[in-house]
Amino acid sequence: MHIMWFTERAYHHVPEEEVLRRRSFFGVPNTFFDAAKGAVLLNQYLDEKIYTDELGFDGVMLNEHHGTPFCMGAVMDVEAAVLARATKRVKIVLLGNPIPTVANPLRLAEELAMIDMISGGRLVPGWVRGAGSEQLANNANPAYNREYFDEAHDLILAAWTKPGPFRWEGKHFHYRFVNPWVLPLQKPHPPIWIPGLISPETVKWCAAHKYPYVALATMLGPTLEMWDMYTTEAARHGYQAGPENFGYLQPIFVHETEEKADALGRNFLFGGGFANFARPEWMFPPGYNSKEATRRLAALYSNPNLPGKTLIPQHLHSLSDIAAIKKAVYDTYDGAKESLQIITGTPKSVIPKLRKVLEVLRPGIFSFWLDGPAPLADRMTCLKLLGTEVMPAVREIGKELGLKDPFEVAPGSRPLPSSGVAERVGSPAALAAL
Amino acid sequence: MADNFFTEVKFPVGATELKVLKAGTGKPLLVFHGELGFPGPAKWMTALAEKRTLHIPLHPGYGKTPQANWIMDMRDLGNFYARFIREQKLAPVDVIGFSLGGWLAAEMATANSAQFGKMVLVGAAGLRPPSGEIMDMFTLTARNYLNANVADIHNAGDFSAMFGGEQTPTQYEEWEEARAETARIAWQPYMFTQSMANLLENVVGLPTLLVWGKQDKVVPLSVAELYKKQIAGAKLVTIDKCGHMPEVEQSAEFVKEVSAFLG
Repeated sequence: MHIMWFTERAYHHVPEEEVLRRRSFFGVPNTFFDAAKGAVLLNQYLDEKIYTDELGFDGVMLNEHHGTPFCMGAVMDVEAAVLARATKRVKIVLLGNPIPTVANPLRLAEELAMIDMISGGRLVPGWVRGAGSEQLANNANPAYNREYFDEAHDLILAAWTKPGPFRWEGKHFHYRFVNPWVLPLQKPHPPIWIPGLISPETVKWCAAHKYPYVALATMLGPTLEMWDMYTTEAARHGYQAGPENFGYLQPIFVHETEEKADALGRNFLFGGGFANFARPEWMFPPGYNSKEATRRLAALYSNPNLPGKTLIPQHLHSLSDIAAIKKAVYDTYDGAKESLQIITGTPKSVIPKLRKVLEVLRPGIFSFWLDGPAPLADRMTCLKLLGTEVMPAVREIGKELGLKDPFEVAPGSRPLPSSGVAERVGSPAALAAL
Repeated sequence: MADNFFTEVKFPVGATELKVLKAGTGKPLLVFHGELGFPGPAKWMTALAEKRTLHIPLHPGYGKTPQANWIMDMRDLGNFYARFIREQKLAPVDVIGFSLGGWLAAEMATANSAQFGKMVLVGAAGLRPPSGEIMDMFTLTARNYLNANVADIHNAGDFSAMFGGEQTPTQYEEWEEARAETARIAWQPYMFTQSMANLLENVVGLPTLLVWGKQDKVVPLSVAELYKKQIAGAKLVTIDKCGHMPEVEQSAEFVKEVSAFLG
């Protein structure tokens, strides 16, 4: 089992009410940003990641967002480059680079090759389409998002594996000399993992490419459905999916006492949490969604001025209701804990809860996720307890459940059963027993 | 307006089957719809159809006519329609274009002004505004953008009859389709052609009427003034108490001006 740690690099000094009254982290004016405070935070986040290396985590996971206090990691490869040199053992897992928003994918191929070389072959790159707001922030035409994604992916792999120099005359990207004089240390190229929020199109694409799919803290039931979809698609491509094809990101807050852990976990809902990442018109810019997804959305909210997924009840959207909105947000906390979307507690109390999640999803890749505006000391305590007490127990559970990671079993290498019918990877029975 | 006001006709343009709505009687008038697609029947159409046969092509990718994958900018779309006009032997045809449709007509005029008899541009995009900005529809919901298209939402002529009420799922899908296709051709630079002002200097002998709402919040009046300056002999009419949709918000005055110009 491959065990990682993840945090957004949030700018916690943004006034919460500015986020709440806009129903959105994206779009809060950067006049609220103080680079001096941001610099302190960015270095703290790097220190935490370096600490995971000392604690013996297998991987440290990074992501990228633009134009939002939700995450300052706007150029994730810069952070990855620092970690490549400052850490010794941990895998640097990038989930993922938003390739449709990158104007020059060849430069991205070069950046990643350098990170892989400097780290001694510890890079795990991943690709995302980027949230809708990332298309706006980078002026990347959302109507071509899928086409950019596919072509940039093919171009990066060609740059890494095809002898240069060669020309690239694509639909969206054009190069005279593809001949990078930096190439990944790992051959033929670093392992590629793909994170997602259970988009069926992406799940099927991953299965076709034999790329592990890492579900980002999605509800257990729908996640299991995606596992099944992946497994069916994998069978179509002639292989049996296994735990090595799946990963899961789990929000978890551990402290010395239940009360302290509970207080830490509550911070996860700061500003409304991920539900307030960006308003619907910025999450779904024109052409970003497939027609099928647009049809689903049309049914979900025939009036897109009203947010479809926000935690905040729709009648509470006037400016004067900040206190009520805030209360509504934090009122969801107990429910999130009950459904295991957020796990809090002492090491002793969280381990059985984690076992349940692992029994349901059976992922070979598992990442702890800590977020929210908490004092550094509390975050470090959480990290330490995760590394020294929780992680060893999770590792044992993983062994017991046979959860092989992509470094132990190559994704796509398992043959289909002789019946030709793929076996399920997750466990609906375990889900029903929750 | 009767349900059978329009006849739907299909014309092959290359591999694409173009759907065209036809109505009225008399000399053809080519109508280019804007960035949110064909808005449905309207009073101004009935009025103009008394003397002219309206030909309203539904742009490829905007829902009714299938997307033509090769159309990636306004030049491509303009050449698609140039082929349509040539093959249907419509030239020289009078044309009226609204917003993005006005940009389309202007783009086609710069390539071959002889394909048009007279040209009417209504709140036309297509030029970089010398002052102000073209409102960015892509950061707004379709509904909010539409609402910004009129000067006074509470007193906006035919607007509430055409667009009022709860948004339906079908409407959402149609607007999303139109927005997506507009993004494909107009994302960057947003809603204009860099060289348009220079190219317009070559548009000569094409009688041109520019119709603008005085309170247009979408395409600033500075664009109208630049069109007037660059197209030889162009006439500008501005309408008061009116935003980006004179044909909807002040349809009587709009019809009067356009009818007088078209003759």
